[in-house]
Amino acid sequence: MIRRYLAVLKTRNLEFLRDRAALGWNVALPVFIVVGMWLIFSGGQKPLFKVAVLNGVTAIASIDVAFLKTRYVDFYPVDDEAATESKVAHNQIDMLMDLRDPKSPRYWVNETSPKGYILEKILAGETDTHYARATVSGRAINYVDWLVPGVLGMNMMFSCLFGVGYVIVRYRKSGFLKRLNATPLKAFEFIAAQVSSRLLLIMSVTTLVFIGTYWLVGFYMAGSYLLLLLTAVLGAVCMISLGLLVAARVASEEFAGGLLNLASWPMMFLSGVWFSLEGSPMWIQDVAKVFPLTQMLDAARKVMLDGAGLAAIWPQLLSMACMSALFLALGSFGFKWKNE
Amino acid sequence: MPAILEVRDLVKRYPGVTAVDGIHFAVEAGECFGLLGPNGAGKTTTVEIMEGITPPTSGEVIYRGKPVDARFRQEVGIQFQSTALQDFITVRETLELFRSFYSRGLSVDELSRLCTLQEYLDRDARKLSGGQRQRLLLALALVNDPEVLFLDEPTTGLDPQARRNFWELIRDIKARNKTVILTTHYMEEAFLLCDRIAIMDHGRIIAEGPPASLLAKHFHDVILQLPKADFTLDPADLGIPLLDAGEYVEISTADVDTALQKLMAKRVSLARLQIRARTLEDLFLELTGKELRA
Repeated sequence: MIRRYLAVLKTRNLEFLRDRAALGWNVALPVFIVVGMWLIFSGGQKPLFKVAVLNGVTAIASIDVAFLKTRYVDFYPVDDEAATESKVAHNQIDMLMDLRDPKSPRYWVNETSPKGYILEKILAGETDTHYARATVSGRAINYVDWLVPGVLGMNMMFSCLFGVGYVIVRYRKSGFLKRLNATPLKAFEFIAAQVSSRLLLIMSVTTLVFIGTYWLVGFYMAGSYLLLLLTAVLGAVCMISLGLLVAARVASEEFAGGLLNLASWPMMFLSGVWFSLEGSPMWIQDVAKVFPLTQMLDAARKVMLDGAGLAAIWPQLLSMACMSALFLALGSFGFKWKNE
Repeated sequence: MPAILEVRDLVKRYPGVTAVDGIHFAVEAGECFGLLGPNGAGKTTTVEIMEGITPPTSGEVIYRGKPVDARFRQEVGIQFQSTALQDFITVRETLELFRSFYSRGLSVDELSRLCTLQEYLDRDARKLSGGQRQRLLLALALVNDPEVLFLDEPTTGLDPQARRNFWELIRDIKARNKTVILTTHYMEEAFLLCDRIAIMDHGRIIAEGPPASLLAKHFHDVILQLPKADFTLDPADLGIPLLDAGEYVEISTADVDTALQKLMAKRVSLARLQIRARTLEDLFLELTGKELRA
């Protein structure tokens, strides 16, 4: 059994590594995107002010505070004080306000943040109420720091989904799977080899791109590399399994391409690859939580930007592990070697 | 000789069509058994059921006296009509991959020698010619040194030289006392290679036996062929039934001397006369009323 598994794994790896065009594209694309974004955004912060508001159950629009009517400032409700403070510390949010007790309102700013400084001045000019001032500090998180895990995750997603899904459908359509089915090779041996091969290759490529991008751009990394690796491995297994599920029975490359696009494009836009969903309607954030890429990026950013440990990201890891098990079980159960 | 493989009351139905309609036959150990028929006759479906690739609607396949089981796949070799292989993988790597699937078999060197692939072992399998590719597919079918070898139209698309080379390989395999089950629509191939044949049409077996015996049973005549250009005579004047065969006129006769005398008496030129024996193609036409390659 091990011999058959290793042989399929070896030839699939050789097939991928010798396909220079595909390999080059897998490595080059994320580097191009990250460098491009770095060139565009390295000159400064995004122009919009962001203020998070701890306000209990009251809607922000109904709070009678003049400052909250300030134009060009995005006010949005939050309920996790500690997590939001951390975001202020990293300049991901410009100010945090606590309006839960109207008698003793408070706010937090990062003293090194120019946008926090401006917001403080506006707040002082808009009201006579005394706000308790608190400061937090930390390294400023630039957009490129935030973007790197998103782009690497997106590249992993496309590679996992299309690299497994499309290849299996091509094997089935060409009759290669039918030929394998005529041998003693078992479905789970073939599937395990495909998953392992893609995992090995995508982790190698992503590690190379991670190191290369760090060397080129120098993004922020606060947490444990080991935990980040665990997050990436679980995320990759989850998305490979999703690709396998899509390809389990399909024999048409066009149909498989449609299904894979249907899976990948919502993830690309709603999983927080390019921009944060904070401030967007809750139902969109809830929908996004079912995507493996969302879970992986949430965990990866917590590790990379907040220095989070296992205790902080175990829900995302557990979620990815459960989705992987479900996708693999359904994909293996429904797997077909040949066209009917 | 004992039957190594037996097909019992095999039926395969797809929506709206019965591909295999209750056939049964037995294949003896060490023989080359041919399944013949036009496209759509049901021979590939029959073979795929025997190989365990396609489940039958009803009926069973018996191997060495027992229904086929996991051991069967270790002991048979299969060459499909068309098989794609992995891109960017060499002949040697492809052979090693398939060799790894079996607990016993031939080495890559033995396989390459048997199928004359020594020169191409390090070549990307996509860059092989049609004949070389078929030899590689045959080597993959032989990788486990099988007791039974299934060959599904192995020479389709090959040029005449490559086809004849392939026939030599199959003769070598037969000489190793392997059982070969061959589907083909090339009658010459079946006649030269097969010890016994079964002719299929519309999912049924319409004739079965050694090729020479089948021909002897159904035909007692030979065919005289004359180019139409040489045959200016009114057929009614000859008193022998004539057949239209494209550019030729054919005369079926069991008494060649009398037929030739009649032609000479009518001053028909015999300079380009050909005499041929009845073929399996004629047999199929006789049994079904249609061309075998239709």
